[in-house]
Amino acid sequence: MLADGRLIFDPPLAAVRFVLQADPASVQLGLRQAMAVPPLSLLTDAARGDAQIVLAEVLNNVVEHAQDAPMTLASAAAGIRAGPKRAVQITLWLHLVQGQLHCWVEDGGLPMRGGIPEAGVLPDPQDLPEGGFGWHLIRSLCHGLSYRRWKNMNQLIFLIEAG
Amino acid sequence: MLLKSAMNGTTLVIRVAEDRIDAAGAIQFKERMRALLETPSQRVILDLSDVHFLDSSGLGAVVAVMKLLGPERRLELSGLNSTVEKVFRLTRMDTIFTIHPALAEGLRDAG
Repeated sequence: MLADGRLIFDPPLAAVRFVLQADPASVQLGLRQAMAVPPLSLLTDAARGDAQIVLAEVLNNVVEHAQDAPMTLASAAAGIRAGPKRAVQITLWLHLVQGQLHCWVEDGGLPMRGGIPEAGVLPDPQDLPEGGFGWHLIRSLCHGLSYRRWKNMNQLIFLIEAG
Repeated sequence: MLLKSAMNGTTLVIRVAEDRIDAAGAIQFKERMRALLETPSQRVILDLSDVHFLDSSGLGAVVAVMKLLGPERRLELSGLNSTVEKVFRLTRMDTIFTIHPALAEGLRDAG
């Protein structure tokens, strides 16, 4: 599972798998379903909360960036696509091992912008920002974050403390 | 997106009667809030006690609603559960809003 302290990109057979489409309604439904069953349903309220924050932000990022044509969450929620329509599928695997939630997120969308996950610099609250919080939240609540582009898929892996 | 509003003295109280404000509902939340905020009031309290989860899109929508109010009315929040409170704290947006533990405290605290 862990190689050199990092997750390996292939989830084990024992991991629980969820398949969803890269649109806001499907992400909402998929998250609701994932939260209701093991391993997430087995966690403490605090750890479940952390997991839901991280997973929601990761999945929202896929919706925003993985489409054929650039898509904002606003246009996605309104059902508007700027370019050719192609459903992007997201697969999520979760596996609870020794108090750590191991997470794999794979999608067949466009490569992650810049080829690496964003640093997640927090915007200044005084500027009353309406976005730009996502990667900061992800990086605040998980560790071991790693990304690769593999066989035309994006693969993102990370760990969330669940103890 | 079900929002319930009521005047309590000079305070407009809007309760989000949904279990989440997320990317799928953020736009609708803003539109509904825009309509409800046309009711004049001295203060506005957004009661989030039914909301179990808010993502960064939901947070952005709450910030957008605060901007709709303009300088003379501030948006106050009440009833944040621990997960929602954490999203505000980690993004430091808890420094921007007046956050009451529950609606009753918010109504008692005039200002």
